[in-house]
Order: sequence, then C-alpha cells, then structure tokens
Amino acid sequence: MSHGSHYLTRVEGHGNIVVDVKKGKIKQCRWEIPEAPRFFEAMVRGRKWDELHHITSRICGICSISHTLASVKATEAALGVKPSPQTVKLRRLAKHAETFQSHILHVGYLVLPDLMGVDSVIPLASSHPEQVKTVVRLHRVANEMSDLLCGRTTHPQRIVPGGFTRLPRPEDLETLKSRLRVAIPDLQAVTELVQSVAGNFPHFERQTEYIALVQDGEYPLYDGRIGSTDGGAWDVREYRAITNEYIVPHSTAKYAKHNRDSYMVGALARFNLNEQHLMPMAKEAANSFGLKAMCCNPFMNNVAQLVECFQSIEDSTRLIDEVLADGLHGETFKVEPKAGRGASAVEAPRGILFHEYEYDNEGRCTEANLVIPTNQNHGNIQRDLEALLPDLLAKGEEQTELGMEMLVRAYDPCISCSTHMLKVRFEH
Amino acid sequence: MKPTVAFFDFAGCEGDQLQVVNLEQQLLELLEQVEIVSFREVMTGHSDEYDIAFIEGAITRKSDEARLKEIRKNAKLLVAIGACATIGGINALKNLQDLEEVKRYVYGDGAKHFQTYPTRPVDAVVKVDAYVHGCPIDRKEFLSVVKALLLGKKPEIPNYPVCVECKAAENVCVFEMGQFCVGPVTRAGCEACCITQGSICWGCRGFVDDPNTDAEKEILAKYGLNVRDVINKLRLYTANSEVAR
Repeated sequence: MSHGSHYLTRVEGHGNIVVDVKKGKIKQCRWEIPEAPRFFEAMVRGRKWDELHHITSRICGICSISHTLASVKATEAALGVKPSPQTVKLRRLAKHAETFQSHILHVGYLVLPDLMGVDSVIPLASSHPEQVKTVVRLHRVANEMSDLLCGRTTHPQRIVPGGFTRLPRPEDLETLKSRLRVAIPDLQAVTELVQSVAGNFPHFERQTEYIALVQDGEYPLYDGRIGSTDGGAWDVREYRAITNEYIVPHSTAKYAKHNRDSYMVGALARFNLNEQHLMPMAKEAANSFGLKAMCCNPFMNNVAQLVECFQSIEDSTRLIDEVLADGLHGETFKVEPKAGRGASAVEAPRGILFHEYEYDNEGRCTEANLVIPTNQNHGNIQRDLEALLPDLLAKGEEQTELGMEMLVRAYDPCISCSTHMLKVRFEH
Repeated sequence: MKPTVAFFDFAGCEGDQLQVVNLEQQLLELLEQVEIVSFREVMTGHSDEYDIAFIEGAITRKSDEARLKEIRKNAKLLVAIGACATIGGINALKNLQDLEEVKRYVYGDGAKHFQTYPTRPVDAVVKVDAYVHGCPIDRKEFLSVVKALLLGKKPEIPNYPVCVECKAAENVCVFEMGQFCVGPVTRAGCEACCITQGSICWGCRGFVDDPNTDAEKEILAKYGLNVRDVINKLRLYTANSEVAR
C-alpha cells in the first residue's frame, strides 16, 4: 500500500522524510534532500574579490548577513586586510540583527503552530491576534535593525571587504537602543507563550557531538575557534579536518561528520558550548525552561533560539553603548588585490558556517569552498529520525508524521542553502 | 469569495518569499483581500486551486519543468518574483562554464548523482503574466503589482535605466568615484537603492528593453576598465541573456 507523499512544510527549502514500514517493522527511514543544486563554489571562480560577498549572500535569503560576513572575512584573511574595531562592532550588531530576526521567524511563525496544534501562523492570526501581533512586532524590530546596519533586511548592501560603505547615524543607534528596550517585554510575552505549550515538545534525547565557535569570555557569533563538546578547540583554518564532508546518493546536499557518526550545529550547540558566557536575561530565560548544558534533546534547539534572542538584545545594547561612547566616525579603507588563501567562520542562525577562497594576484577567485550549517546537520537529523521513529510508530501514522516533521523543523533547516521541502512518505 | 493565491519556489534562496513574510502587518492586511492556499515556507496546508501563482527561483533541471507547467495549468495568472525567476539571476553564472566540470568541481566523484541544465528564467518554460524584479524583490513593488492584478490592471514596470532614479536620489555617480556599475543598462524601479547605500548597481532587475550596451561599454572603457571585467560585470545577473554576451 502506498500512503502517497506529502511535503514537509514550514522549513526553508525542500526535504523528504521517507519511512518504509512493513507490518510494524522499519525497513527504511531516510532523510532526503532533492533541492536543485546551485553550484556556488563553481560559480564564483573567476569573479573578483569585491563581488564574492554579493554573490554568496544569494545562497540564502534568511541568513544573507551571515554569508556576507563569512565572505568578507574570508576575503580579508586572503588579502591580508584588517577591519577597524568600529567595523567589527558594527558587524557584530548586524550579526545580532540577523540572529534575532531568523530565530523569531522560526520560533514565532514556524514552530509555534506545531505547539498550538494548527498548521500555520495564519489561523493563529484570528485565534490569537494579540500574540501574533507581538511576534510580528518583534520581527519588525529585528528587520529594522538589519535595515539600519546593512541598508536592507535581505542581501546587505553596506557590508564589503574592509568596512562599511555607509554608517548608521548616532541618533539612529540611540533610537534602535530604545526600540530594543521596548522589545524586551514582547520577547518575555512570547517566552511565556512558548512555556505554556512547551509540554508539547517531545521528550527525546540522543547523545551526540555539538560543534560551535568558542572564544574566551564571550558567547561568540562573529569570530572564534572551532569548539566541540567532545573536547578540543581548533583554528578556523583547520575546518576541513572537523567538517569532513561526504556525499550520499539520495541527497543533493553534502553531509558532515567529525568525532562520531554525525554532529549538530546551531543554537543548541552554541548553548551547550558557551552557556556560561550568556548575559543575565538570556540566562534567566534558559533557567525558566530548565535548559542546562549538556542538553541532548534536539527539540530544545527552539528554546535555545529564544534564549539567544535575549542574548542578542542584551549584547546589542552593550555594543551600541560602546560604539556611541567611542564616537562613530567615517573611515576610509583600501583593499589591494593580491594572491592568497583565506578561511573564515561565523555562527549563522542555523550553526557554524565556513567560507574559504583562494585568489590570484589580480584578486580573481580561483578556488572556493563553502560549508553550510544545515549540511553539517543532515547526518545528525538522519540519526535522530532513526532513534525517534520506533517510539513514534506506536502512536499511529498521523502522530509519526507530525513528530518526524517537528524534529526536522527543530533544526530550522535551511535547505536551499545547503544545496528544499520536507515530505514524509510511508511506504507500506 | 476572496481570490486565492499560492507561492512556489524553484532554485533560489527564498529571499523573495521572505520579503512577503517581511510585509508583517501589511501581510495581515493583505490576508483580508486574498486567501493564501499554498505557501510551503510558512504553512502546511496546500491546495491545487488558485487564481494567482507566484513563482520564486530559476529553472535549473529538466525535471522541474513538469511541476512548473502543472502550476501554470492550475493558475489564472502566473507572476515571476525575484531575479532568479524573472531573468535567471545569479544561478545562471554556471551557464558560463562547462556544466560537467561545474558538477565535478562541487561534487567530485558524486557528480553523477546530480542533474542540472543551463539555468533559465520562468518565462523560458511557461507564459508569465507579470514580473516583480529585483534581488531581493522590493516589498512596496510587490504590493503594487498584487494590487494592480487584483484590480485587473497590467502592473507598470519602468523601462528606463537605473541612472534616471539614481539622479533623482541625488547620488554621486559611482563612475565619478572610480568604481563601475551596470546602472546605465539596468531596468529601474528600485530607486537606485544599492547606490544610495554606498554600493553599485549590480544589474539584478535585468536589462531595460533595447539596452544601449555600446554606450555602457564606452563608459566602462572611458573609466579604464578591461574588457573581461566589463563583460563579467554585465553578466552577473544576466548570464542567461543574449545581450550580455
């Protein structure tokens, strides 16, 4: 009997979950990525150093700031350019804008419907109008923050190798700071709403390795070394030894593994490695859910995302104060093309992201390698699905589908990056 | 009954659908005028009956054509949104290289598992009734196109170059600052937003009809740029287009 198939929705991109169950026995449980491959690494070859961030930003609409930042950092590493402290602070602010925007979008628009038993945020707009308006307000603040720092919300215009093509005005940063302060009660309201339905997150745990940036004394998103919960920290230039990408036939995305069969990146990985460096409101939010490192329940990634929203607000406020105290000043910067190779890492909302380029002496790209967070998660998603399926099967097909979809959604996969849509297909 | 709309995506970054989500309060207001019956990025429900289909993304595989043709059959109006859908966009950069080599470069020995063909815009496969240009699309322009369609009008899209809007925005010409841009041959409608933000025009809205490419090449040559850089710049978003060659 064929149960037909349906696409996994409310994720960025296309993915299928194929489950083949015969007489209650699992014959097959497979995570497939049929997304049309786009070949960015090949496409950037021959392009000049001042174009790569523009092209690679188009890998992902949701995390275009992360791709832009990873790109300019790799180019700067290759060409020996050191951005000013002001530039670094403004980039860190841009990073927070994206993290906040992406996490609110995911938790508020895509995950909440599962927890509240509806199939999208649209019916919630009529059943829970105030709550939805709160989510919308938060998303707006985050987007305004991106506009202010990057020129627009998606595909930033101002971030280039060496610095910013245009700076925010001090008064705009003051306004942003007060908008962020006003957003705190809204974020607390969303946190309380998620808490009220958090019992609907499945109780599921599976030990795995978590990988994220680590940095002394901070909860790093913009820069750092590569850290693992299995122990160790490595320079970013050594990323290939950590990611070990490989290809599986049923997927247009690459997979990755390090110390074990698979590892996880993203908000939960960052939390597990850097919990001690969270700022007070973020710590309090984690405590309110009982979230503690090491947490091995992938569904708690959604909660870690909420925690990081508080972190982004608090750290942004601190950064704005610093930038304003230093005095915003227009800077000139010059980038000279030369031959070289450079690698970089940033924490995209979905996890650690690597870009590496090689340039010739005219500053034309000759080699490129990009390792995307969702690709690093595919192997771990597969193994979680395998571990989760037997328990779910006892609850019937409908609950099995929902549980498997919720699991994949918890990873907030960004599949068009990694190479789209989730389907659960039962093959009886 | 409210008109029904559906969103679909092919090869792209989903940044254009994100702009629709980013309408936020205005999206809630739009929902009073239309019913969204399919929007995979944000909802699970799906119906094959819709009046207007919005397509994001470029067509990069033979196997995508059947799905697109099915959507065309179901929809009264089909709208291409974003550069990948309207002109092929960044995804068409691969068309400038040998595709077998491109596959091998990215996937090595695994290349045989992947199918791809030269990237093309949506109108290379099916009839397109309206376009929302840009990378990403502009939220205001999206709303104005939707409004026109709901009123049964043809949306107005500028057919003059970005330079016109750039002058109106009182920007200093980037050529005067020693940089180069493709604004002189690129379709306006973006209010020259990238130049206003200190960047250049990258050409994401595609060429105006009958672009004066000779003049563009002359300007670029006048400012001392080599032919390869000039051609490369012209091809960034329009590698699919004959004009760029």
